[in-house]
Amino acid sequence: MRALVAMSGGVDSSVAAALMREAGHDVVGVTLKLWSGPNGEAPTAGCCTVSDAEDARRVAAQLDIPYYVLDYTDEFREGVVHRFVRDYGSGRTPNPCIECNRTVKFDRLLNGLSDFDSEVLVTGHHARNLQIDGSWRLHRGEDRAKDQSYVLSMLTQAELSRIRLPVGELTKTEVRSVAAEMGLRTADKPESMDICFVGQRDYRGFLRDAAPEVFEPGPLVASDGTELGSHDGIVGFTVGQRRGLGVALGEPRFVVRIDPGSSTVVLGRRDELAVAGVGLGQLTWTEGAPFSGQVMAQYRAHGEPVPATMHDDRLLFAEPQEALAPGQTVAFYDGDRVLGGGLITETFV
Amino acid sequence: MIYLDHAATTPVRPGVWEAMRPYADDVFGNSSGVHEVSRRAKNALEEAREKIAVAIGAGPREIVFTSGGTESDNLAIKGASLSSVPRRGVVTVATEHEAVLEATDFLRRLGVPTSVVGVDRHGQVDLPSLVDVVDANTAVVSVMHLNNETGVIQDIAGITSAIEEHEPDVLVHSDAVQAFSSAEIDVDDLGVDLLTITAHKFGGPKGAGLLYVREGTALEPVLHGGGQELGRRSGTHDVAGAVGLATAMEAAISDRSRFRSQVGQIRDDFEKRVLAAIPDAVVNTPETARSSHHLNVRFPGVRNETLLMRLDRAGVAASAGSACQSGASEVSHVLEAMGLSLGEARESVRFSFGWNSTADEAMDAATIVIDLIEELR
Repeated sequence: MRALVAMSGGVDSSVAAALMREAGHDVVGVTLKLWSGPNGEAPTAGCCTVSDAEDARRVAAQLDIPYYVLDYTDEFREGVVHRFVRDYGSGRTPNPCIECNRTVKFDRLLNGLSDFDSEVLVTGHHARNLQIDGSWRLHRGEDRAKDQSYVLSMLTQAELSRIRLPVGELTKTEVRSVAAEMGLRTADKPESMDICFVGQRDYRGFLRDAAPEVFEPGPLVASDGTELGSHDGIVGFTVGQRRGLGVALGEPRFVVRIDPGSSTVVLGRRDELAVAGVGLGQLTWTEGAPFSGQVMAQYRAHGEPVPATMHDDRLLFAEPQEALAPGQTVAFYDGDRVLGGGLITETFV
Repeated sequence: MIYLDHAATTPVRPGVWEAMRPYADDVFGNSSGVHEVSRRAKNALEEAREKIAVAIGAGPREIVFTSGGTESDNLAIKGASLSSVPRRGVVTVATEHEAVLEATDFLRRLGVPTSVVGVDRHGQVDLPSLVDVVDANTAVVSVMHLNNETGVIQDIAGITSAIEEHEPDVLVHSDAVQAFSSAEIDVDDLGVDLLTITAHKFGGPKGAGLLYVREGTALEPVLHGGGQELGRRSGTHDVAGAVGLATAMEAAISDRSRFRSQVGQIRDDFEKRVLAAIPDAVVNTPETARSSHHLNVRFPGVRNETLLMRLDRAGVAASAGSACQSGASEVSHVLEAMGLSLGEARESVRFSFGWNSTADEAMDAATIVIDLIEELR
């Protein structure tokens, strides 16, 4: 099989490439150049800061596979970074990694697959893509603690049929030992937890530099309407946030609501964060047909799934959940099997 | 592999490596030393310098050995601007190599007045607008002889004489890195004060270049140290590199007329074949004022990144402008300066031919290009 492996320079995608190669496939490695600098500096000055590409390149050389860097900075800036800024500017809590998977990685690479003369796209995600009775099923990865099926919950048959996830069958420890056995330089490489374009900074610092115009001052009010102070932009707040509110009230206060229309940030007690259900948009169903009824719903990348009931585009939690905000992704599960996913458009108390 | 990326670099010509080898081996001496092995190295270095000087119509003292094009460009621009002369300003052109543009931008950030003049859609700098921005504050004007991405040729002699007439004290630098294999290079005919040449573009080794510095030109070094090269470039001499440079220059000069006609013919035939099969392909450079060995062509609807990857897999090496360190193809600032849109620049590919290109391989490559374009559309 001719396989295009998306190599980030980390251990998981290195091993994914190595496993495909060992299995005798015709493998090509690619690294996506997505971001050149916090302010999108001119390529002449800010380019080529993808130090991880160097690791990917060296691993590809060791595996003796062709390797290329593809420049998707334009697509990334528009589809991910601008959206990240817009979402925060309108009071939502975006997940840029999911947006990147959706609009850049899978979209561009799968659409370009035949141009790249490849049949399947291989990534290093910890999830399992199983072909059962002629259809593709997405399951949680073998390593439950490293499972990444949540960020793949938007994939449907059209995509899954052309995606292979070889490291999903392994635990992270096994991935590292495979890498060590093969002598891959990435075997002990630490995982990167940061949003790639934000880096190790606070995301607010990034927004302040990248889009100062979205910082529009507004009032901080209590849930009973009492004005408590002011803030320099709703962009700096996310529902559920407790620190850095800029007011001292004697008892713990949280951001319970953000009203982008009036730039109002509403503070309340913890119990006011409770959400009974959510409305969802951009719903996708892994195996095609929409699902109604009992599901397990996960609304954070490393959160625990909770029981809920799906009805059309509404999800009602069995127990109220805390701190959900428009923009977050919800993935639906039946046991380890992913049923689908969607983006929160509204929350119900 | 069919190698059509000679503008990026070339393999060494026959005899070059053999000529260099003794200076890495038996005659390894530091040319600044007092003992025999050093004297022999020094002698080889000065012989190379004399040959090189003759090759470009200069005197031996006017040749400064460097590590290549980037260093020579930096030394020319920064050296001229930071020298003791009160003039500081730099004037250059939007289609220059990054080494020139970034050195200029560095000086701008230090407070030096700089101007970057645009080009027309054929890649030609407009002489009156260039001369217009040259004034009493200008130290140096830098204009590339033959563009690395497009092969566009600028009229250096015309530019130097116009500037001479307008502001006689202004230095003129030209990056002739791409020109040397095909164009007659005589520093007096060109009228330049500073000229950049690097060996690896015409069959010499990488890491060996020179800056021609006209006698009497004040130049602040970029590399300070032991004072080699009359204080203009410190650092232990790369004698093997200098010998390789001189050997390749002599070989390139005696091969020039064959190069122009034969390599030019190979390029033209390749171009004709590709354009005949893909009628909507657009050559980004006009036929007039274009080198014999570059072809920058746009295939509408095909992203260059994808085409280059597929060409590589099919055994054809080509490129799109300059590659950055990550290996991603940058959107060409040269094509942008010529008025191409971002999208058009992303559809443009450079094929460049060199001293060992053959007609057969070029025809094979044309067939591969044609097949791939048809498949990718």
